Amino acid sequence: MATKASRSAARIMMAPAVILLLGWMLVPLIMTLWFSFRTYLPLRGGDLGFAGIDNYIRFVTSSAFWPAVVATMTIVVGALLITVVFGVLLALLLDQPMWGQGIVRILVIAPFFVMPTVSGLVWKNMFLDSVNGLFSHVFKFFGATPVEWMIDKPFFSIILIVSWQWLPFATLILLTAIQSLDSEQLEAAEMDGAPPLKRFWFITIPHLSRAITVVLLIETIFLLSIFAEIFVTTAGAFGTKTLTYLIFQRVLESQNVGLGSAGGVYAIVLANIVAFFLMRIVGKNLDA
Amino acid sequence: MARAVTSRRKTINTALAWGVGLIIFFPILWTILTSFKTEGDAIAYPPKFLFFDWTLENYSVVQERSDYMRYLWNSVIIAGGSTLLGIIIAVPAAWSMAFVPSKRTKDILMWMLSTKMLPAVGVLYPIYLMFIKLGLLDTRIGLVIVLMLINLPIIVWMLYTYFKEIPGEILEAARMDGATLKEEILHVLTPMAVPGIASTILLNVILAWNEAFWTLNLTAAKAGPLTAFIASYSSPEGLFYAKLSAASTMAIAPILILGWFSQKQLVRGLTFGAVK
Repeated sequence: MATKASRSAARIMMAPAVILLLGWMLVPLIMTLWFSFRTYLPLRGGDLGFAGIDNYIRFVTSSAFWPAVVATMTIVVGALLITVVFGVLLALLLDQPMWGQGIVRILVIAPFFVMPTVSGLVWKNMFLDSVNGLFSHVFKFFGATPVEWMIDKPFFSIILIVSWQWLPFATLILLTAIQSLDSEQLEAAEMDGAPPLKRFWFITIPHLSRAITVVLLIETIFLLSIFAEIFVTTAGAFGTKTLTYLIFQRVLESQNVGLGSAGGVYAIVLANIVAFFLMRIVGKNLDA
Repeated sequence: MARAVTSRRKTINTALAWGVGLIIFFPILWTILTSFKTEGDAIAYPPKFLFFDWTLENYSVVQERSDYMRYLWNSVIIAGGSTLLGIIIAVPAAWSMAFVPSKRTKDILMWMLSTKMLPAVGVLYPIYLMFIKLGLLDTRIGLVIVLMLINLPIIVWMLYTYFKEIPGEILEAARMDGATLKEEILHVLTPMAVPGIASTILLNVILAWNEAFWTLNLTAAKAGPLTAFIASYSSPEGLFYAKLSAASTMAIAPILILGWFSQKQLVRGLTFGAVK
């Protein structure tokens, strides 16, 4: 049992981390809250006084708001669906006995380590460009007219890029979960004559449900705030302006800090709703 | 494993998995290949896969024109510095949470994690303003501090899960033998904790290296790391595929190699122990 002395020592050792994170969380948060109730235009007169809840109303009633919500939802839901569905399939495949499993794993995981600005630009130019991109070459080969992917199919393009980045993450976590599946259970089901699809649906999927939930929640938190992938590809044009990007533009590009901060508060509330569910799962695991 | 696997099935699995693996890896492979082409070959139709005039010219041009080494150095300082600083602050905290747990330990851990969920864009202006006021804009020290703070929860969390696996009896035995707190940490705990600390460093260097919100918004020419260096290639003028590829290859190669060593830590670090 810990002594009194070691308890106070423990407290001192924890202090720097706790104080730093507390400051990091509270100071900017309070500033954002404060700005969100002010008319604050750094380049056009500075702080022009109390604005009540004007910023909050203006943010959600501006013509850019709903398109941004739709763009955000499209990208998040699209990427989630693709990464989870293909992640499960890929994890199942990688769990099978094969030659060179280690190398295949490395190939599959690699995109996760590519920095967002690189994956954005490489995809945009070398694959999705309507003249010199590889996709266009393939289209030309089959006699089809190349598509201006970034302009005509901006959501497809961005979802493709983001899914490529996050598929490895989903696969790796689901693979870890599959490997902890008790193979005896599957064998028993097999002997009882359950066909593969049934075994998958009634044994594997329930076993994976927790891992899938974790993947969904963690990816949602990260996907809600993707930035660089849009910054280097469409820069918010062609309807791809997400909430994160809209707030960024309000705050840094048009320097309407009051309005942007109100948007920031909405983003924080939204992220917290997702985080709440994630934390419950993490917390449960901590007890075990 | 009781189920016999026919070699036919194994062959099919292998072919399928390699096929999918190569498709997923292809954009990276294509980037690396293109970096060795001339600009003409890079956009040639039909595309040239392996049979082109291999050249290293792009690498020297990128270095000369945009001073790649400076950006690389910034990335090294920012990723390495923020991780080390984070480790120095997190080790004592994680140690005390793992070995002297109190009723509030769990709450503190959960709260630390929750700070990680704060969307960066929500606090963009306050941080930007503070950086201006403190003269930290476009400085490496500013980014070291910010990236340390955003990764601190993950560092504390990972270290905590590693420290938790060290049996407490060993520490008690050391205490019985009259070891002081300092000796206990230095001679008993540290050797056992090194692998966990190393894994934590590895993952966090990767995360910091690839961070692309704060590094893009808080730097300009002086302190910009490789993320910003690559973003400067998004302007249409002077966009050349071979050079973009060379720059990209140089930016991702170090971390790709580190990343392959860190597969296992990735799961632990990014799911906060929720998947084992």
